[in-house]
Amino acid sequence: MDIGIHVHDLNAWFGTTQALYNINLEIPSKHATAIIGPSGCGKSTFVRCLNRMHETIPQATVKGLVKVEDLEIYGKGVSPVSVRRRIGMVFQKPNPFPTMSIYDNVAAGLKLNGVRNRKQLDEVVEKSLRSSALWDEVKDILKKKSGASLSGGQQQRLCIARALAVEPDVLLMDEPASALDPISTAKIEDLIFELKDRYTVVIVTHNMQQAARVAEFTAFFLMGNLVEFDVTRTMFTKPTDKRTEDYITGRFG
Amino acid sequence: MPKLISETLGFRRRAVNAIALTLIASAAIVVTTPLIAILGTIVYRGFSGLHWSFLTQIPAPPGEVGGGMANAIAGSGMILGLACLVGIPLGIGSGVYLAEYGRNRWGNIVRFTADVLNGVPSVVIGITVYALVVATQKHFSMLAGAIALGIIMIPTVCRTTEEVLLMVPQAIREAAFGLGIPQWRTTLSVVLPTASSGIVTSVMLAFARIAGETAPLLFTTLGNGFWNLKPNQPTAALPLQIYTYAISAYDDWHDQAWTGALVLIALIIAIVITVRFAANRGALKGAY
Amino acid sequence: MPAGARTQLLNNQDQTAMPKPATPKTPNTQSSAGEGVLADKTFKSLIYACAFALMAIVGLVLFELITASGLTLHKTGFKFLTRSIWDPVAEDFGALPFIYGTLVSSLVALFLAVPLSLGTALFITELCPRWLRAPLSTCVELLAAIPSVIYGLWGIFVLAPLMREYVEPVLAKYMGWTGLFGGHMYGYGMLTAGVILAIMTLPYIASVTREVIMAVPRPQREAALALGATRWETLRMAVLRNARVGIFGAIILGLGRAMGETMAVTMVIGNRPEIARSLFAPGYTLASSIANEFNEATSAVHTSALVEMALILFALTLIVNAIARLLVWSITRGMPARGIA
Repeated sequence: MDIGIHVHDLNAWFGTTQALYNINLEIPSKHATAIIGPSGCGKSTFVRCLNRMHETIPQATVKGLVKVEDLEIYGKGVSPVSVRRRIGMVFQKPNPFPTMSIYDNVAAGLKLNGVRNRKQLDEVVEKSLRSSALWDEVKDILKKKSGASLSGGQQQRLCIARALAVEPDVLLMDEPASALDPISTAKIEDLIFELKDRYTVVIVTHNMQQAARVAEFTAFFLMGNLVEFDVTRTMFTKPTDKRTEDYITGRFG
Repeated sequence: MPKLISETLGFRRRAVNAIALTLIASAAIVVTTPLIAILGTIVYRGFSGLHWSFLTQIPAPPGEVGGGMANAIAGSGMILGLACLVGIPLGIGSGVYLAEYGRNRWGNIVRFTADVLNGVPSVVIGITVYALVVATQKHFSMLAGAIALGIIMIPTVCRTTEEVLLMVPQAIREAAFGLGIPQWRTTLSVVLPTASSGIVTSVMLAFARIAGETAPLLFTTLGNGFWNLKPNQPTAALPLQIYTYAISAYDDWHDQAWTGALVLIALIIAIVITVRFAANRGALKGAY
Repeated sequence: MPAGARTQLLNNQDQTAMPKPATPKTPNTQSSAGEGVLADKTFKSLIYACAFALMAIVGLVLFELITASGLTLHKTGFKFLTRSIWDPVAEDFGALPFIYGTLVSSLVALFLAVPLSLGTALFITELCPRWLRAPLSTCVELLAAIPSVIYGLWGIFVLAPLMREYVEPVLAKYMGWTGLFGGHMYGYGMLTAGVILAIMTLPYIASVTREVIMAVPRPQREAALALGATRWETLRMAVLRNARVGIFGAIILGLGRAMGETMAVTMVIGNRPEIARSLFAPGYTLASSIANEFNEATSAVHTSALVEMALILFALTLIVNAIARLLVWSITRGMPARGIA
């Protein structure tokens, strides 16, 4: 099994407060990995370190090695911009660009990178919207409606399409369904199930059942430390660490 | 599968980024230049004239060297003081209205009107007060000037008071009601004191604004070459004096205009810096 | 997530929502029976009176302006707006040169001020190192605090000579082909007035632009960054684009300010009621004419004409400010624009 993301001795701070302590992890390629843990355990911070979003917060710092496919993203001379182009992110609250149409939202990343050819744009937009299971619902209103006019679940799928349009190697998802109703959540989960065959997906979730449903691998974080990483089924039935067991069985969290 | 877009960041995008960010930064530099130029000139040209006589004597006859702006400084002091009597109560009162009673359509109309009044040029206010007071009384007066400046103060004080009152948590009001304190008492003794530092800073800012106003005074207090502290007579005022001297033909008066400007700007800057200081200490939460 | 970053994110969200304290239910004043209710009513009346006074003042302004300009208002009617004569002796007046002057000087000011204000606002909110933020915004605030008459003083003795000796000759040499930079170079004219107005309106546009930029929620910026946008592309795509309505409002607000400026303009514009193509030529604005001539008005008709100018100015600034406020309100949801407003 190939390694999609290799994390070695990753530490992260918010100013002087340390948020992540020596994380070592190997996330498999072309599979879905869930990151679980109680509030404040550092799971969002961890994922944001994977695409160099963490450092965009004032006074936030990162130290360590993260290798995505063959690229050391914190390597010398590596621009964060190109890292983020290769690694897509979907956020907790859907954030489509409200002043742009659905089409323009999906094409935003492409246009940034200089793709002007109308035909190419059309193709990629359709492909991405199909990949995010939104095409049928919006194909007639692509240019007429703004990205913000859709429902919450649709907006999130739009954001997924937008992220997929630039053909990333990895898709990071920070609690993508937590702001959505159960039906939309189910649709997103089905989507992730399909996407994981083509992309390396890392999904942060506070919902353990969701992790069990969509991810083949799970990592458990606690207070900035990686406690356990295993095949999902094993982690939920025979966890190695006591803390994992306590969390899974609901003793805390 | 061949990728549609390259993996690395193209030269063009990096160049555009660098140029744009440089331009933006240079805008900030360009903006500070006139400030330094103006303040520098005022100090350079006005400081040498800052004698004790400047602050204590009234103007010498035109063409003669010497004299000062004592009457203008005192006059300004009185006019501004009277203006505050008009502007502060009405400003705070309407601010209280907007915050406590005006969270509805009528309130929006009043709010809009306050913003409209804020945008009315001061010269227009001056003309209005001229027509209202000066023409009726058939003479210029300090009082008319104070009314004009007071009117100009109102919208600033009103909107900022509204803002600070809204920042007082509803929980405090409810705690007072729970204790059986009536609405009027709550507002006066609980809410306003909580917001007092913010209100004080808003008043100070409004004061700084009207301290420099000249146009409305042109048609209301007119100015005066001599001492006058009677409210119903024309009075000298610092900005007026600066203007008269600046456009005059006498070099000595030009120099005195710079000194007068120094005095005026020193007062205003003192107020602005104090407000800034207070704001940093949390008086106007989230102001900057 | 530690307190600092979290509150930063939360604050960004809160700023888009207009705080609405629930209308407090009238508290039980039965213990102090009639007394409490009377005091409440009195207080409420006083407060409502203040609000009413505010509205009455604006009404009064309109009323006084219309009555005091009655002579010329009825005599020349709408033609006042289109005529170019300004003859106090013959008692013949037309406001066109002044309207022209007001608009042109303001537009020159905006042309110079808008890019600088946008840049400054962007710099302070997005790019500025932390330690520089407070000093820089204080500088901008101080620019707004300098009184008009002091700008005028500086304009007469420093800027006008500078324009005359250095700037205007250069402009005439290289840009004279446009027809805008020709004729005699006095230093006192439309261009100098435009420059001074630009410096004066800059802080207003910048501060309102800052407000609307800060109202753009952080997730929007993150969305752009996560797609691999550069700093500038993020600003362009996520910030400026989202805030463009508000920025437009800020610019209109600046226009309103520029049109109403009196002292500085009257001290450097030359005060000549003429419409000329060159920006070097002296001009006249509505506001500056009133300041210049009102106290020396030779007749009742003259005074009336000047008051009518005030009326036109009032109407112009009213419309402009109303549009601006509506635009800005739509972004900041009715929260008062602070600082310089």
